[in-house]
Amino acid sequence: MTAQPLLEVQDLTVEFTTRRGIVKAVQHVNISVARGETLAIVGESGSGKSVTSYAVMRILDRAGRIAEGSVMFSGIDVKAATEGQMRDLRGREVSMIFQNPRAALNPIRKVGDQIEDVLRTHVQQAMVSDHGEKAIEALEQVKIARPRERYHAYPFELSGGMCQRVVIALALACNPQLLIADEPTTGLDVTTQKAVMDLIVELTKRKAMSTILITHDLGLAAAYCDRVVVMEKGRVVETAKAADIFANPQHPYTKKLMRATPRLGVSLRDLLPEEEGAASAEPAPAVAAIAEGQQPLLLIEKLVKEYPRQGATATLGKLFGRKPPVEPDVFRAVDGISFSIGHGESVGLVGESGCGKSTTSMMVMRLLDQTSGLIQFDGEDIGGIQPAAFARLPQRSRIQMVFQDPTDSLNPRFTAARAIVDPIMQLGDIRGRDALRARCEELATMVGLPHNLLDRFPHQLSGGQKARVGIARAIALHPKLVVLDEPTAALDVSVQAVVLNLLQDLKARLGMSYLFVSHDLNVVRLLCDRVIVMRTGRIVEEGSSEQVLSDPQDSYTKELLTAIPHPPLQIH
Amino acid sequence: MLTMIGKRLMFAIPSLIGVVIVTFLLTRALPGDPAAYFAGPAATKEAVEQIRKKLGLDKPLIEQFFRYTNDLAHGDFGNSLTTGQPVAAEIRNRLPASAELTLLGLIVSIVIAIPLGVLAATRPGSWIDHLCRITTTAGVSLPVFFTGLVLVYFFYFRLGWSPAPLGRLDVFYSAPPTVTGFYLIDTLIARDFEAFRSALSQLILPATTLAIFSLAPIARMTRASMLAVLSSEFVRTARASGLSPTTVIVTYAFRNAMLPVITTLSMVFSFLLGANVLVEKVFAWPGIGSYAVEALISSDFAPVQGFVLTMAVMYVLLNLVIDILYGVIDPRVRLEG
Repeated sequence: MTAQPLLEVQDLTVEFTTRRGIVKAVQHVNISVARGETLAIVGESGSGKSVTSYAVMRILDRAGRIAEGSVMFSGIDVKAATEGQMRDLRGREVSMIFQNPRAALNPIRKVGDQIEDVLRTHVQQAMVSDHGEKAIEALEQVKIARPRERYHAYPFELSGGMCQRVVIALALACNPQLLIADEPTTGLDVTTQKAVMDLIVELTKRKAMSTILITHDLGLAAAYCDRVVVMEKGRVVETAKAADIFANPQHPYTKKLMRATPRLGVSLRDLLPEEEGAASAEPAPAVAAIAEGQQPLLLIEKLVKEYPRQGATATLGKLFGRKPPVEPDVFRAVDGISFSIGHGESVGLVGESGCGKSTTSMMVMRLLDQTSGLIQFDGEDIGGIQPAAFARLPQRSRIQMVFQDPTDSLNPRFTAARAIVDPIMQLGDIRGRDALRARCEELATMVGLPHNLLDRFPHQLSGGQKARVGIARAIALHPKLVVLDEPTAALDVSVQAVVLNLLQDLKARLGMSYLFVSHDLNVVRLLCDRVIVMRTGRIVEEGSSEQVLSDPQDSYTKELLTAIPHPPLQIH
Repeated sequence: MLTMIGKRLMFAIPSLIGVVIVTFLLTRALPGDPAAYFAGPAATKEAVEQIRKKLGLDKPLIEQFFRYTNDLAHGDFGNSLTTGQPVAAEIRNRLPASAELTLLGLIVSIVIAIPLGVLAATRPGSWIDHLCRITTTAGVSLPVFFTGLVLVYFFYFRLGWSPAPLGRLDVFYSAPPTVTGFYLIDTLIARDFEAFRSALSQLILPATTLAIFSLAPIARMTRASMLAVLSSEFVRTARASGLSPTTVIVTYAFRNAMLPVITTLSMVFSFLLGANVLVEKVFAWPGIGSYAVEALISSDFAPVQGFVLTMAVMYVLLNLVIDILYGVIDPRVRLEG
């Protein structure tokens, strides 16, 4: 690298003024990006990776400021530049793609107009005769079908992946030299993620742009980037070529991150840091001891859930005076699926958003009524019981659930202890303060939650601790079946590793069965004995985890598997 | 769009029927006997009975109700007992006075409050933010009749800048030929600029009183909703795309922030119609508020019923306007129509 780098961040420190004094979110960070290079900044939440990129664009919020160091972009001192100069830079020279594409677009402005706003700001009037055409071109470039129609669409009329394409079109409209992509695919399905990432790489390569990819996903960084910067708690701990860093990580934090990333050919224990992994004994092989001829714990037969079709499509058709499309009046979210879960078995339900996996779990939990079909739990037909009545039956306590978002699923006004004993107070038979407290502490010990945290409120706990509270609450009533709805999706990889191990241990110890709902095949493989792959309400493939993941039969399963970016890890 | 408006109007019908029933029953439940009041204190029992018969008050309630609705259907709101005039005509004459005052008050308050809220939100902690806070706190904590009296005391009594608070026009001018009923507009149509100035000077104090009262909720809501929108992700995207501050604030932030403000506006307008009653009393304004209060005091059914019905119709129309505005601003609402 003899040429001057496009972006040179030297000794950058960013401070935020908060009520509790000054917080240094980023400290003495050095990053450089060469022309045409793709750089990944990897780190877990709170590592300062997003703040670094905001500092480069100088779009920190009011409380934040660049305290030390310098940011040079293509010979311009970003720290000293006037606001007007920065405005010229943003969007034209450096642009950004954000997480959560739907929120990143103005909800009440046509996407075409939003692209035009950027064009109008940066492109000389004389050069552009017709902005409309330019915006349509930009939409075409990101492979949006029928760009002329989509020009007039509002963000809420487009899917998540489509919105992200619009955001990319917006960012690349003025052919910038540097693109900063901040978790561009978090929250998107794996196949959509692959399509979006391929698109970003293809476009940036064609335009010879530099890219900074900010992500928590090592696999993504490995698959798409030349160099990787690892950040921890506001500091850069390691910078190396992508191939080198995965083959030979130097810093202990990098090693820990890599171990924790679920991948092929490892077991759950391998995810934990070496010393902890060794400390905990290898769990008893969790092969379900299903005696031949014994009834399964949960039996689902020809389960169907239909919703009346009254979505945007019908209304849109009416608006434009079109004839309503010839479609059935109902939408089948779950279309006649059958499966069973044995005692002590854990089954993964995998699929992309909208495939009906959550609807299925809601029906098993009796939170939704099925349209038709059989749900048999422990030999009893629970499918016919009204959801409202089910809440009072003894079966209720034997099916419990752990929810996706550990924060939102806890009452912010309840302490951890109160949240854990809540199901016991509703349905259990333990009465009296002391008895409840004793049971609560017992549960806390089981899930590895220190007792002194029991009197804290959710906002005083970390993500991993909140997840433990959610698990303790679910096992409080000795359930036979626990439905886990993406329990680790909102957690950092290192925390995810710990929580997955905890779930595995609890299952072996308490003899529970799991129905594990997830979109992440790697995670499912680690925790589940069997996997069921769903697509558009139907089961496309079913089998043991190893078999489905190593030798998929269905083309959709294959597509899902190839879409997952794999870090080329060689630990051990 | 037309089908949406039609649908909303259909939804209004049940509430209007409800209002008709409730007003009818409520006015019947009011203490006091209109027949006795109308007959005067010296009337004999027979005379009161006779009047009762004449008014139809001796009939069963259900029959009275059907006669009442039948009259309403023919546009007959009944006659006021105290003035002897048809209620419909009186309301028609007085409504423009109230509407002119309320609308002017609301416009003044919007013109001040919305820029104030936007400026306060874009510069939190600055002097304009503090000004916004002080004005709004003062505005809500002062009751309208008090503000009105203070304004009259200073600007009429002490300074003599404004005319006597006695109605819509100075006694020396004659009312302009009625076109819209709004004196400000009618005088201009008649090219009577002297009368226009007089009408305006009569309006300023009561309209200011109403504006001070309604300033607070509008400014606060504008500020809060602007602050929320300014910290949203799409505003960050707009900033990161290098759009000018004007585009970011006007096109991206302001239009989104207007949605809750419009809701607040409709509520404020309803409050103002209520607050009118007091302001009209203070400024001797010949509007429907003071008309209704006088009727209420003398147990005069018809005007009270007419007043409540008029208000209900106005609320329905107002809500319709708000719904349409929402649809214009927010495409997501349009779909559900």
